[in-house]
Amino acid sequence: MSQDFNPQILTFACNWCSYAAADLAGVSRFQYPPNMRIIRVMCSGGINPNYILKAFEKGADGVLVSG
Amino acid sequence: MDKCIACGECTKKCPGKTDDEYNEGLDKRKAIYVAYPQAVPLKYAIDPAVCVKLLKDKCGTCAKVCPTGAINYEDKEEILTLNVGSVIMAAGFKPFDPSKLDNLQYAKFPNVVTSIEFERILSAGGPSHGHIECYPDKAEPKKIAWLQCVGSRDQNKCGNSYCSSVCCMYAVKEAMMAKDHISGEFEASIFLMDMRTYGKDFEKYYERAKDQGVRFVRSRIHTITQDENHKLIATYVSEDGKNITEVFDMVVLSVGMETPADLAAVVRNMGIELNANNFVVTDSFSPVETSRKGFYVCGALQEPKDIPMAVMEASAAACDAGTSLSPARGTLTRTRTYPAETDIMGQDPRIGVFVCNCGTNIGGIVNVPEVAAYARTLPHVAFVEENMFTCSQDTQDKMKQVIEKNGLNRIVVAACTPRTHEPLFQETLKDAGLNKYLIEMANIRNQCSWVHSKEPELATAKAKDLVRIAVAKVSLMRALPQPTVGIVQKGLVIGGGVAGMTSALGLAKQGFFTTLVEKEAVLGGNALHLNQTWKGEPIAENVAKLVKDVRENALIQVFTGATVKDTAGFIGNFKTTLSVNGKDQTIDHGAVIIATGAKERKPTEYLYGEDERVLTHLELDQRMAKDSSFLKTMNAAVFIQCVGSREPERPYCSKVCCTHSVKSALKFKEVNPDLDVYVLYRDIRTYGQREEKYKEARDKGVIFVRYDLDHKPLVQKEGSSLSVTVRDHVLGMNLGLEPDLIVLASAIVPEDNAALAQMFKLSLNDDRFFMEAHAKLRPVDFATDGIFLAGMAHYPKPVEESIAQAKAAASRATVVLSKETVTVDGVVSQVNEALCRGCGACEEACAFGAITVRVREDDVKIASVQQALCKGCAACSVACPTGAAGVFHYNNEVLTMIETALES
Repeated sequence: MSQDFNPQILTFACNWCSYAAADLAGVSRFQYPPNMRIIRVMCSGGINPNYILKAFEKGADGVLVSG
Repeated sequence: MDKCIACGECTKKCPGKTDDEYNEGLDKRKAIYVAYPQAVPLKYAIDPAVCVKLLKDKCGTCAKVCPTGAINYEDKEEILTLNVGSVIMAAGFKPFDPSKLDNLQYAKFPNVVTSIEFERILSAGGPSHGHIECYPDKAEPKKIAWLQCVGSRDQNKCGNSYCSSVCCMYAVKEAMMAKDHISGEFEASIFLMDMRTYGKDFEKYYERAKDQGVRFVRSRIHTITQDENHKLIATYVSEDGKNITEVFDMVVLSVGMETPADLAAVVRNMGIELNANNFVVTDSFSPVETSRKGFYVCGALQEPKDIPMAVMEASAAACDAGTSLSPARGTLTRTRTYPAETDIMGQDPRIGVFVCNCGTNIGGIVNVPEVAAYARTLPHVAFVEENMFTCSQDTQDKMKQVIEKNGLNRIVVAACTPRTHEPLFQETLKDAGLNKYLIEMANIRNQCSWVHSKEPELATAKAKDLVRIAVAKVSLMRALPQPTVGIVQKGLVIGGGVAGMTSALGLAKQGFFTTLVEKEAVLGGNALHLNQTWKGEPIAENVAKLVKDVRENALIQVFTGATVKDTAGFIGNFKTTLSVNGKDQTIDHGAVIIATGAKERKPTEYLYGEDERVLTHLELDQRMAKDSSFLKTMNAAVFIQCVGSREPERPYCSKVCCTHSVKSALKFKEVNPDLDVYVLYRDIRTYGQREEKYKEARDKGVIFVRYDLDHKPLVQKEGSSLSVTVRDHVLGMNLGLEPDLIVLASAIVPEDNAALAQMFKLSLNDDRFFMEAHAKLRPVDFATDGIFLAGMAHYPKPVEESIAQAKAAASRATVVLSKETVTVDGVVSQVNEALCRGCGACEEACAFGAITVRVREDDVKIASVQQALCKGCAACSVACPTGAAGVFHYNNEVLTMIETALES
């Protein structure tokens, strides 16, 4: 993999845990690469497989489901 | 404090440093600080002992850098006088300080840490960001020992004779977490006296730890020294009497709980009685009442206890405190009014975008004017504004005017996180006559500027993306209704034992009519067969009083010989059919408390049922209640513990049996001091202050012999006499006993709860006890709203804990019953009947009992959502094969967000 590969990552984060954790990462000023976009969902159990397929179809290089 | 936006600019520039108490002094914090990252409210405070401005009137940097002018050096401690009707004491505990135990060298060796320090070391927010490190080279430890009972069960060294109740379980947890954190070879060893994993599902965790290689050693390490490489050399005596020396990289001291001396003094000064251990004295039948009327206690100030028990007691204290306050309920509340909601149906989206600078928190990194300019180019955006602080009150007032003036019908706020600020903006929308669900937030602070502070250009690009995604989503959003549903302000309690009766009284005393259902002909349950609590309070008398109180309370309707036949409805509106002595009776109620109890298992082992000298605990209690003089002619009695508990078939601890046997053994010695009393046990689990009874029993000559699961005692009949053979672990030899009486500590097993669980859509755990909504934080709630849990239907427990839980359930049910209506959240599921084919996949997927498949008038099966119960998780929409089920604003909207996110 080349050094300048800059993947587009889409994250589905549960409102009650991972999304809150991402907020806390901010409060703690943890730094991470800006190539990820977070979509807030009310439960990781509500992430339809279609969402993941749609993300890949639209060109995402990686999908993170966190909950 | 209102002005602080928790941006952290002050702390970044503050020159004052001191030990961070939250991280147990393992790292430093500033003089201006937030106590810990999850603090609520998230506000910074100045430590006057460190602040240079307050100490020497120099510096003042924080006031200069604060973007909101929130720093006030003149803030002083104030004495407030409050007029209250009840006081709840929840002042907690202090971990034991092991510095004074010189054999453990805590004060001297940096690699000897307390369990609380180890918790911080394990934490991602801790001093080493979750990496476990050893002094001096920060190497990862490969061998850690946990030492149990440091500051507990130790009369000689620290004076704390009680058990701290929680340390066994947390040590197992820390060992398991350390195994996760440390890569490669790692050995976790726990040195213990008895493993006290007596809580719900704890025993299974202990077994799992054993399976995963955590080593459990029954010994106390008596000396710790250090070698030249700073490794710790621990010396102990093994079970077979050998002196062993073992080297560890790190030692964790499992410190116990105690009441700090200054707190004890305050509590005593308030006229509240404390015992010799400095814990508040309570009665088993009123477990949260202190000696002073109107003062209640909960948590570890009463006795060391774990989180679920502390949470139960907290709600119980709220119940008792609320009882005396119930006439005043609602008298100091005011209702807020809002303008009528504008109907936006049919209107094209007109979106207002507010981009926040958050002082310099966002604006210092993200180019806010560029983001705002970009927002103006997005479809349907009619208005864009930059704010210094979008959350300030004057911005809210302005936002309201802007919405009205520009005819905006959807709002995007690009600022911080919706988790803290969405409710604020929703209020502003309501004030402006818009439906509160017409807002979407773009999190360009917590999830952008704060985490990409070194890459401002990329952060700006990301902020634009986040705004674009929010705009795309809000365009699709619509006004969601929030219907209100009336509440039947009556309770139903199922089960007429101690827990059920206590719950019914708890509700009735707060003014709610309650129906109590008991399947037997009499009230009382298991308590009718018990003699005394471990503290010696008579159970029969107290239960008789409870029955009398219930019977005489005009607000309690009692049905005995009654069972639940059927139920329908949801929070606030249940309709339940009872079968009362064979006749149906239907009642309406708004909440349910399930207190169906549990029962003693009839043993199949140890000659039970074959010889009348072999009894269970309940049988023994009944026999002793009549006349205990039969003990006077006996020579020896044997108690056998864990009969049917902690075995593969029933892998849980029945919690009450150790204390019951110890208490009975003491009674035996009282009646006949010459009687030889043996207790054959696996671990003695006399948790909390029950430990003192265990000590007393040993002092009075009761002989405790430990056996393990592979060498269970052998009970035989030889001629007319009974013989018990058990392998003594100290002598390594078989011990032969010839008792006149054998008492079996038989397991507590749940009632058959399957039918009730199905009717109310509740879950049972693997052991067939009811499963609460959250093991730690919601121990008396079910996942389904309006239904609560108390007593042994939850898990085996002694009478004082059943009562606390019953009061807690009453308190939680009061939250429902005290309102006249319940408001349904807007973001809920709905089923498109045209697409639904009634397969029931959604019903199965719903954890909250909110979806039911019913047969429509035209005989077609259709799923319908009880929106009052729906939490909007969307599990139903994932399970639905036809796309009929979906949650408002989390359906096509998510697909649009995905597309928009990836279109750049």
